[in-house]
Amino acid sequence: MRFVLPLVLALATLSAPAARADDPKKLRIISWADYVPAEVIADFKKETGIQVEVTLSNNEEMISKLRATGGAGFDLAQPSQDRILGAQQEFRIYRPIDLSKVKIEQFMPDLLETVKKNASIDGKLYALPYVWGAEALVVNSKKAKIADYTDLCRPELKGKTAVRLKRPTLMAFALASGKDPFALYGNIKAYTALMEEVGRTLIACKPNFRFFYDNKDQLLNGVRSGEVVAAMMWDSGAWNLNRENPDIHFVNPKSGAIAWLDTYALPARGKNEAGAYAWINFTMRPAEAAKIAKAIGNFTASKGADALMDPRFKKQFADSFPDGFKNVKWYPAIPPGLEEIEGRVLDRIKAAN
Amino acid sequence: MDDTAGPAWQRRLMVGLLLAPALLWLFALIVLPHVDLALLSFRERTAPREFVTSLAQYRTFFTEPLYWHIFVRTAVISAISTALTFLVAFPIAWTIAKLARGRAATLLFVVCLIPFWVSETVRTLGWMILLRESGVLPGILVHLGLADAPPELLYHDATILVGLVYTSLLFMVVPLVSSLESLDNSLIEAAYDLGASGPAILRRIVIPHALPGITAGCIVVFMLTLGNYLTPNLLGGTSSQWFTEQIYTQFITRFNWEQGAAFGFLLLGLSTTMVWFGLKLSGQRFSDVMRRT
Repeated sequence: MRFVLPLVLALATLSAPAARADDPKKLRIISWADYVPAEVIADFKKETGIQVEVTLSNNEEMISKLRATGGAGFDLAQPSQDRILGAQQEFRIYRPIDLSKVKIEQFMPDLLETVKKNASIDGKLYALPYVWGAEALVVNSKKAKIADYTDLCRPELKGKTAVRLKRPTLMAFALASGKDPFALYGNIKAYTALMEEVGRTLIACKPNFRFFYDNKDQLLNGVRSGEVVAAMMWDSGAWNLNRENPDIHFVNPKSGAIAWLDTYALPARGKNEAGAYAWINFTMRPAEAAKIAKAIGNFTASKGADALMDPRFKKQFADSFPDGFKNVKWYPAIPPGLEEIEGRVLDRIKAAN
Repeated sequence: MDDTAGPAWQRRLMVGLLLAPALLWLFALIVLPHVDLALLSFRERTAPREFVTSLAQYRTFFTEPLYWHIFVRTAVISAISTALTFLVAFPIAWTIAKLARGRAATLLFVVCLIPFWVSETVRTLGWMILLRESGVLPGILVHLGLADAPPELLYHDATILVGLVYTSLLFMVVPLVSSLESLDNSLIEAAYDLGASGPAILRRIVIPHALPGITAGCIVVFMLTLGNYLTPNLLGGTSSQWFTEQIYTQFITRFNWEQGAAFGFLLLGLSTTMVWFGLKLSGQRFSDVMRRT
């Protein structure tokens, strides 16, 4: 694609002069579903005159799309903090953050530190924190009892559970087996062995999985309809379901919830850098951040926004994590190459009968 | 002297200009990307941003039984689905071409066409609503007393087949209708007069006459099925792998373009081989068949 894609893109640009990319009044964001609420887009337009265009995506697709264009096509991306280092070393798709253009005092200091630790290369920072949450379990307490990830494999839950066939599931089951996958990131051989062991566990567990979900609606519908009684799920999804049906609960697993932190990152060939910084500073204002948090159902990295949050939401959070962050694991940055090992294991799980 | 060369030269320019958009399209969006993908499939990553020329991607395919398994599975299910589509489409095409008259024929054709007014995603989601455990069909089965508890009809290989046949039905019906319409009814009447039985007429008159249409329909349906991504993905269960899914995974979630490109070429090779084989088997020529599609 080295020479073809630029050509195709050039043709596309020629044929659509109305969608000129270097328009300073347009900001193109590639992000997750619900991450950029229409209300905040309207507020931002009123204040700055910049129109925000959102493309919905996920971690892998964001990296792949930016890789295909060498970091062009978007002015702001929102990958998870652990997915930046490897992608940047391999594909050079981001540009460093200029901290002098950011109102750094608006961010929660500990989240900023996490990102600085995981998304810096040669002293340059490539991301700022945006929204965080935890992946754990959800259960319909009338129909099942579970305390840890591996409980999804209990014989009485045959055909009634669901997980994603992606790396978080591998990490969760590795943690539940009593090992720490993150400590083995640097040791390819031991990591491969651990992943293969997890792969065998999941293959043995396969009859229990009704489906491997790859979008949130599939899982939400499964749990709502009662077809799925227990599943791996992120916190806000479980809280939403709990509001609809009090029997459905978030479960913080014995071996720990795994926390993700999604970020702001600047694609290497974005056209509207000024607009991107304006958006970052705007969305981290407590009032706007609270609107975003309400739309997503998770907390943002904005300092002071949680004071403005819905009390019911705060209570759900406190009930779910009674000891605060003691039993929450944060993803460290993934070194390049690990995903290939995990990929083989995931393929084997999918193909196994 | 020039008055003959002029118009000929002009005619050639005219043909060239008329073909130019199609050729440009073909070259820029089909030939060039394929050349690029071919080059990509012969690369191997040795370190970040470093690549060497190698056959490693193709070697992985042949040494990892998993990929073989998915490849063969995709080919076999596609072939079964093509055969099923033919069996379902033939009576429909026969009815439209020979039995129904005027408005009834048009109506039947429109009935076949209507599902294609909505996108494939919507059609597939429709099947999901019908077949899921809490869905319409299992509910009816329980209501009629045919099942004690609602059965899960989704997430089986048979479900994928249903979806695939449904998706490709029209592409089989159209070439079949056009080839059956050209069959002279008097041939069939004559065969009956001479004492031939129904199956014998079907085997010795109808099928040979319709063979180019049948082959054309089968080729189109097989290609569509083989390259389908959505239907196997949404209707298939936890073990269902489709080769296009594997290509997507390699490109998008594994960041392994080299492997994905190699898989793409293997799939291209498979469909080319199968089409060639089908043509040989039915004794058809590619150009005749293509005229029917």
